[in-house]
Amino acid sequence: MKIDKVKLKSTANRSLTSVGVSVAAVVIALVIGMLLVVAMQKNPMKAFTSMVNGAFGPGYFTETLVKMTPLLLTGISFALCNRCGLTNLGMEGQMYIGALFATLVGAYVTGLPWYIHVPLCLIAGFIGGGLWCLITGLLKVFCGASEIITTVMLNMIAQFLIEYLINGPMIATPGGNPQTKNVLASARLGTLIKGSRLNWGYFIALGCIVLFWLFISRSKKGYEVRVSGMNPTAALYSGINIKKNILLVTFLAGGAAGLAGCIEIMGVQKCIQSAFASGYGFDGIAVSLIGQNSPVGIVFGALLFGAFRAGGNNMMRKAQVPDSIVNVIQALVIIMVIGSQMVLEIMNEQKLRKQARKEA
Amino acid sequence: METKQNENIILEMRHIYKQFPGVLANADICLNVRAGEVHALLGENGAGKSTLMNQLCGLIKPTSGDIVIEGKVVHFNSARDAMAIGIGMVHQHFMLVPTMTVTENCLIGATDAGYLKLNYKQAAKRISELAEKYNLEIDPEAKVGDLAVGQRQRVEIIKALYRGAKILILDEPTSVLTPQETGELFNMIRSLTEKGFTVLFISHKLNEIKEICDRVTVLRLGRTEGTYNVAECTVNDLARLMVGRDVSFSIERKEGTEGEAMVQVRNLTLARDAHTNLLTDISFDVHAGEVFGIAGVDGNGQNELVECLTGAKHATSGTAMYEGKDLGKESTRQIMSSGVSHIPADRHKAGLILGMHLTENLILQDYYTPKFGKGALLDNRAIDTYASELIERFAIKTPSRYEYAGSLSGGNQQKVIVARELSRNPKFLIAMHPTRGLDVGAIEYIHGQIMKQRDDGAAVLLVSTELEEVMKLSDRIGVLFEGKLMGIVNPSETTVEEIGLMMGGTRLEDIRK
Repeated sequence: MKIDKVKLKSTANRSLTSVGVSVAAVVIALVIGMLLVVAMQKNPMKAFTSMVNGAFGPGYFTETLVKMTPLLLTGISFALCNRCGLTNLGMEGQMYIGALFATLVGAYVTGLPWYIHVPLCLIAGFIGGGLWCLITGLLKVFCGASEIITTVMLNMIAQFLIEYLINGPMIATPGGNPQTKNVLASARLGTLIKGSRLNWGYFIALGCIVLFWLFISRSKKGYEVRVSGMNPTAALYSGINIKKNILLVTFLAGGAAGLAGCIEIMGVQKCIQSAFASGYGFDGIAVSLIGQNSPVGIVFGALLFGAFRAGGNNMMRKAQVPDSIVNVIQALVIIMVIGSQMVLEIMNEQKLRKQARKEA
Repeated sequence: METKQNENIILEMRHIYKQFPGVLANADICLNVRAGEVHALLGENGAGKSTLMNQLCGLIKPTSGDIVIEGKVVHFNSARDAMAIGIGMVHQHFMLVPTMTVTENCLIGATDAGYLKLNYKQAAKRISELAEKYNLEIDPEAKVGDLAVGQRQRVEIIKALYRGAKILILDEPTSVLTPQETGELFNMIRSLTEKGFTVLFISHKLNEIKEICDRVTVLRLGRTEGTYNVAECTVNDLARLMVGRDVSFSIERKEGTEGEAMVQVRNLTLARDAHTNLLTDISFDVHAGEVFGIAGVDGNGQNELVECLTGAKHATSGTAMYEGKDLGKESTRQIMSSGVSHIPADRHKAGLILGMHLTENLILQDYYTPKFGKGALLDNRAIDTYASELIERFAIKTPSRYEYAGSLSGGNQQKVIVARELSRNPKFLIAMHPTRGLDVGAIEYIHGQIMKQRDDGAAVLLVSTELEEVMKLSDRIGVLFEGKLMGIVNPSETTVEEIGLMMGGTRLEDIRK
């Protein structure tokens, strides 16, 4: 294949730089994090090894994969919007509503065999999150409201709506813990390895990564979305309907985040409890940033942040280092990645300027 | 007619150079302005007027050269420094906060605004006094958003006076005004200069300069052409000075292939609001095998005209018929899929997606057709073959077809757009500023390509502010001024002066009377 060689040559260099940047960002963030551990007069080597063990050691790795699952989906959600020039900060809320729809179908619709009930719940979760995010799209298209504001506001609304429901109308046992009924056995995602929490949801999330790739890089609609995101004026002049694309993308992105909430319920938690999304929605932003909105990048970003979540627990237990240090490291990773992207841009600009001078 | 260096100079700019990355915007510009005069700064777009004025009001610093005010060399670090020394600028697009009152607007950035509490009452009183003294009728308590455009401009002038301006810079002040408002503005200017203020009047409208200004400095291509007494110049002189050199007509042109009228524009009108129009009653034909050029100073309706013909905006009234369709009403997709091609004015903003590969840029107009994939997916192999073909056929210099459009040189970027649009074999080609900012070689190439389309029987609408380009390529030329067509001329039967006059707002009938 001659064609691929041309492509390989010209893209390999660029991909290598961006991979290098992301890896360097993680390493630097880890080093700074460990310096903080030293400052706390704890053993950094012990902290580090216990974190790595907690994330990748035998018996622990499945937990990393469990935590990676929702991150894959919220990462897709953010990336999809970003490709269309939108900033979706509402994955957390979309997860809640996705979980709500899935629970309604999973716990209250009875008498279905699993092969109908499970897909039905997944579809319900997708539609729930999608509609929730579509509100943002509609507000943007018809009122010009900034999606940054509306998504954050919808997060609050979703969170308090769930609080209300699990304390009132949907509470499993009145007077008991504020949580909904468990989803029925026919609506649960089966575990893959006995004794772990790893379930089929993981593969559903990976499947979504493939679909995301197919949509964004190979489909005509995805091409339109990318053009709208990178240059709305050019899109306008070539007759692309940006408004329609915004509506489509907000629905799909919300759907992906909704699926994250839905899988978390159907595969791991079984019922909705207060604040069950625990920041998976917001971490999706970081996952997508590190992965530079690319499908493969999101897989690695989600793996990294899943590992941080799983490893942090272990570090706290084994090395007595508070797991908030992991939050610090995560934040450092984000700062490093954003910072290095700026550095790359500046370097690129200088290169172009030099080139222009040579030609002039 | 060149004036001598004279007594009573209040402002002098000596040998100003301003270098932007890749562009020398001002080269050795000298300007001297006498106290109490109205001094015009005349030049086409890109002549360096705005750059020069931005240096004078402290927004940017000159690369070299001195600004001398009342005999002292000054250095401005910010707009505030310039204001403190008595330079007030009234921008073409007003810098006012619509939700605030006139007084509040005047206090923005003023030194005596007060720290914790605004000195509001005091300021309002001073504004009333100023208004009375200089015949600038205005209510200090009025909300700026409620005022008419002419009144807003008055607020800008008062704002400058309030801050102690002695030299007023008016940047294209009449471009947003009705003729009546223009008259009022001129009265204001006269009463200000009587009281000792100096006015720098930036414009390309020759009649206005003739009417209100004492002296004029002409800028062309970033250099000073000279300073003249307006009384000693005719409007025709000014036109020639602004446009400059004689225009050369050297391009190969096959004669007489002109066919039927491909596009018929009739009374095309686009409203800005209830009272003013962006385009008024535009009518012209573009025939097959003809280049119809649109000349005019930038911002006189060219953008709007092209937007109306490409579906980006819908005409308020009038029609633009093309193959039984009304371009003023159709959607962009419908227009572009029926044999119309468009080379947009700004290649970075509208023509290319800089962060995408060349391949992806080259299919922008046709990606949805079965040629590039039968179903919902794109056929990468077809796209690659197509892209390689175009890169070769249009001699686009690039390391590979997967290069980002943003990393090519300007000439090659423009070639990408030309390749994309011309390879569609358009029946109607709209080209706007197709060679802006390109070097000679690239210009020649693109001119050649456009002429080839014409010779092959396409109707071409060429919009450009480069008069030379329009005169060289066009079979007929229409001149736009404030959204109106001043006249249609044949380049072989017209003169630079005639076109210059039309660009400055005189109708063809009036010139040839």
